[in-house]
Amino acid sequence: MWDSIQKFFRDLAERDAAWNFIYIYDDKELERVLDGMWVTLELAVVCVVCSVVIGLVGAWLQGAHSRIVRSVVQGYIQFFRNTPPLVQLMFFYFALGQFTPTFSPDGYLQQPIISNVGWAIISLSFFAGAFNVEIFRAGIEAVPQSTQEAAESLGMSRFQAYVYVVLPLAFRVSLPSLNNNLVNLVKTTTQALAIAVPELLYQLVSIYNDYSTAQNACMVLMFIVYITLVGFLVLGMNRWERRMTIPGYGGGGG
Amino acid sequence: MTDAANGNWTPDRPIVSLKDVHKSFGDLEVLKGISFDVMKGEVICIIGPSGSGKSTLIRCVNALNPIDSGSIAVEGQEVNDPKLNKLELRKKVGMVFQQYNLFPHKTALENVMMAPVLVLKEDKGSVEARARALIRKVRLDGKEDSFPGELSGGQQQRVAIARSLAMQPDVMLFDEVTAALDPETVKEVLVTIKDLAQEGMTCMLVTHEMGFAREIADHIYFTDRGVIVEHGPPATFFDEAKDPRTQEFLGQIL
Repeated sequence: MWDSIQKFFRDLAERDAAWNFIYIYDDKELERVLDGMWVTLELAVVCVVCSVVIGLVGAWLQGAHSRIVRSVVQGYIQFFRNTPPLVQLMFFYFALGQFTPTFSPDGYLQQPIISNVGWAIISLSFFAGAFNVEIFRAGIEAVPQSTQEAAESLGMSRFQAYVYVVLPLAFRVSLPSLNNNLVNLVKTTTQALAIAVPELLYQLVSIYNDYSTAQNACMVLMFIVYITLVGFLVLGMNRWERRMTIPGYGGGGG
Repeated sequence: MTDAANGNWTPDRPIVSLKDVHKSFGDLEVLKGISFDVMKGEVICIIGPSGSGKSTLIRCVNALNPIDSGSIAVEGQEVNDPKLNKLELRKKVGMVFQQYNLFPHKTALENVMMAPVLVLKEDKGSVEARARALIRKVRLDGKEDSFPGELSGGQQQRVAIARSLAMQPDVMLFDEVTAALDPETVKEVLVTIKDLAQEGMTCMLVTHEMGFAREIADHIYFTDRGVIVEHGPPATFFDEAKDPRTQEFLGQIL
């Protein structure tokens, strides 16, 4: 089965030079594509999780009593929201990367302790995290003060009220905007190409640089993979949103 | 310090004791020296025109609003003490709000069970038995698994009463609990409160229901512009009000 598919595309490439699906019939190129997909997926999942955690912690800190803590969070948001993610990636890797300590696993070559993949994860998570803080803050502000007072009058601490009452309600309000931001984040992972993170876009660009006839075929794959990846994310988020709907409570599609 | 020092309070002393309580919001002085005592098992009603400080007064009793000067003691424990253990206070004092303030993402049963499990760290099984009994007591059997959004205003308010009772308080505060209800559902909530009062629960109510106040109160306080203008048992208060302000207010309402 697989052999006949490979044969079909090999023949197609010979017949028509514009449609060289080299990553289907050449095992070496196929491996590059699969590696790229894996890195993209890894980057997307890790950054989504980290950015959500950053958002939750940031939103909690925004309600802190200390003005210094609140200004630090505000500064962080302004910095990451008002600069392009591509510039952030390059700044983190090329500027900060120079000052990070190195180590030598083999005794000859020095390696920085944070790899380019590491910097991409840090940079992209903080980028999306800045938006998530604002998204969760809006959700928290939508929870009436009186609901929090009820929790307090039942003896709950501020932390208990946050975790068991405010956050579950705020989260529901935040989900649609969070959904948007995470879609954006997954698409922005392609910019890690700029610091040579071997994700899907990087691998496909390398392939069509090596084989110029594969350009069309690479473009097609790029779109298919990202539509599928983002499609699954949106599908999952929408299902989650539906499952979180509270009977008789406004919003959240209920 | 109050004469009943913390720890050696006995039931023959006032369970709630207010002495010369002052409270301002900015330039506006809302409470201008309020003093009165509530004995265990007593039901008192605070009535008066809007903006006379009734709700503020009752919210000060469980430390939702801090007071500026004077003293409020609950079972001999000073509420205004900066070292106050708010949890200890809120175990003793239950509160029901005008807007119910139920947790919309929890079912009626979960609303009632939440605080005893989280705050008192009680065993879930025994809390559930108690919660089901309380829901029966407020005549909502069968609504255990309904979400607040699926209940009428009167039903939500009764869940809120059950939720507060689940903490097994010694004093219950009711802050205009029927003000948001239509006349028909007002009755079902008042019946619940009346049951409680007849069982000997100490109750402090802010209310506009004069007929109800007359029926269940042991003592009525009329407040206007931050002071107690007149007070007395319902029979004397309603029929022999002396102060012109009281007469005017009662004349408008009755």
